[in-house]
Amino acid sequence: MAIKLAIATPKRKPRLFDKYLPHLSIAAIYAILLLGAVMVFFPFAWTISTSLKTEQQTLEYPPTWVPDPVQWENYPDALTARPFGRYYVNTTIITVLSVVGQVVSSAVVAYGFARFRFPGRGVLFLIVLSTLMIPFHILIIPRFILFKYLGWLDTFLPLIVPNFFGGAFSIFLLRQYFLTIPLDLDEAAKMDGASSFQIFLRIILPLARPALGAVAVFEFMSTWNDFFGPLIYLSSDRNYTISIGLAAFRNDYFTAWHLYMAAAAVALLVPLVVFFLAQKYFISGVALTGSGGSKG
Amino acid sequence: MAASRLQNHKVLSARAREAINGYAFVSPWVLGFLIFVIGPMIGLIWLSFHRWDLIGDPRPVGWRNFERLFRDRLFLKSMEVTIIYGLGRVPLGIFVALGTALLLNNRRIKFIGIWRTIYYMPVVLPPVAISLVWMWIYNPRYGILNTMIQQFLGVPGPRWLDDAALVLPSLMVMAVWAAAGRNMIIYLSGLQGISGELYEASAIDGAGYWRQFWRITLPLLTPVIFFNLITGMIDTFKLFTQAYVMTEGGPRNQSLFFTYYLFQKGFAQYQMGYASAMAVVVFIIIMGLTLLVFRWSKAWVFYEGELTGDS
Repeated sequence: MAIKLAIATPKRKPRLFDKYLPHLSIAAIYAILLLGAVMVFFPFAWTISTSLKTEQQTLEYPPTWVPDPVQWENYPDALTARPFGRYYVNTTIITVLSVVGQVVSSAVVAYGFARFRFPGRGVLFLIVLSTLMIPFHILIIPRFILFKYLGWLDTFLPLIVPNFFGGAFSIFLLRQYFLTIPLDLDEAAKMDGASSFQIFLRIILPLARPALGAVAVFEFMSTWNDFFGPLIYLSSDRNYTISIGLAAFRNDYFTAWHLYMAAAAVALLVPLVVFFLAQKYFISGVALTGSGGSKG
Repeated sequence: MAASRLQNHKVLSARAREAINGYAFVSPWVLGFLIFVIGPMIGLIWLSFHRWDLIGDPRPVGWRNFERLFRDRLFLKSMEVTIIYGLGRVPLGIFVALGTALLLNNRRIKFIGIWRTIYYMPVVLPPVAISLVWMWIYNPRYGILNTMIQQFLGVPGPRWLDDAALVLPSLMVMAVWAAAGRNMIIYLSGLQGISGELYEASAIDGAGYWRQFWRITLPLLTPVIFFNLITGMIDTFKLFTQAYVMTEGGPRNQSLFFTYYLFQKGFAQYQMGYASAMAVVVFIIIMGLTLLVFRWSKAWVFYEGELTGDS
């Protein structure tokens, strides 16, 4: 497999490929890259521009990019039109608990796969990997019924509890990383009388911080941004997450694009801030597995 | 003799202890797998042979759900829509992500980190917010796209999401915008892992850029492309948010993605048995497709280890 285990950005290798780039001058490459960047920023700019207009201005032709006057009120208006504060609290609770559950349980399981020999290990790990290829949406009906019988509907539990049983993608990523930690360290600790669990806590976990960080940020993003799960399991407004709140908000008015865009801009903000703060974990994590942040 | 037996016993028990520890550590996953995957799967298959609206008891109906499925025009439409979308979206995504990575994999390009950050940014955003933003961009009357077309070309723009022929391409473009950055990073790290010696050697043999691209770069990236293909396929069958927020399956069911139809049958019409039958059939289709792609991959995916014997 083309799995590169260099978690630090590899910068050692001279990239010779570029020597032979034909036809494309360096200026042309920059031009294309710049065009791409403009295309990435374009929707952001349009969102922010709209979010600061009056409703009248959003319907103007030709469109203006700089609102005049600047409608700062749109933000408080949009955020109080529905209890978005509540939605943010809910989403935070669900996300924090999911991340903790996912990281802890996946690390424990990955340690089992990486450091112990037991009958059936290969097959079990293969099953872990194969679950990566199941689109779990197809199990939504029986899961819904399961949680209904448990009395968990319209609570956060269906969204949180499954994370405490390890996630296939996280287990895979952590196991790969644990395997790169030299066994000598375990042996030395064992000599000093450390138990398996102590080795896990004192040696493996501290050394695996980059991989744990990557798992945490991926889990953060997928829970924070999740739409399908909350839509199915949560029904009362006071339990809504940001995503379903935002989707419901859209149906509150016929056209209030200035307000929708204000609410959307705020919704974009938290993931972006987390991304900029934890960027290295994202990039190294994605590069680490060659398997992106997609999980079921 | 006695000593050796004792030793043997000790070795065995150490092994057994190791195995017990191993099972203990992986047990959370095994438990979760049984409760949240195997259990629901059995439930799904059982339900698919029943009729149930969540009230009262499920009634067994034999194969009737499945028979109905193949006569259900909307179900067939949802398969068509999902597959057409996947056939467009996945190659387009590979092309854009790989192309960007190739441009960035260049020593003369400065600030790689910044470019990478910019292109990755949309990947972290909530799909609902992205959907709202792009709905507004695509808005036929007031959206920036059509007002700019009107302004600069002097003709009215198409109706994008409201146009049966354009709704899927419009959604594809949005999806590539939102996701290309992730795959771009995977390709970039793959490119950076390719040894410079390979290029040096082939340059000595007089190979130009494109020859190197076809003979070295692309073959060495095939495992990543393969991975991209599989995840793209699975993501296509999971696609839901856009259909729910932006198009509601329309116009004329032209964006009736499978998961959206499943949601409608299950959670709007409460036809739990019928929706389960749908899920079973699609699960089989996905397994079949995955197997097919795996088979096919043997013909074109190149693993370096095959050649050098290591890795």
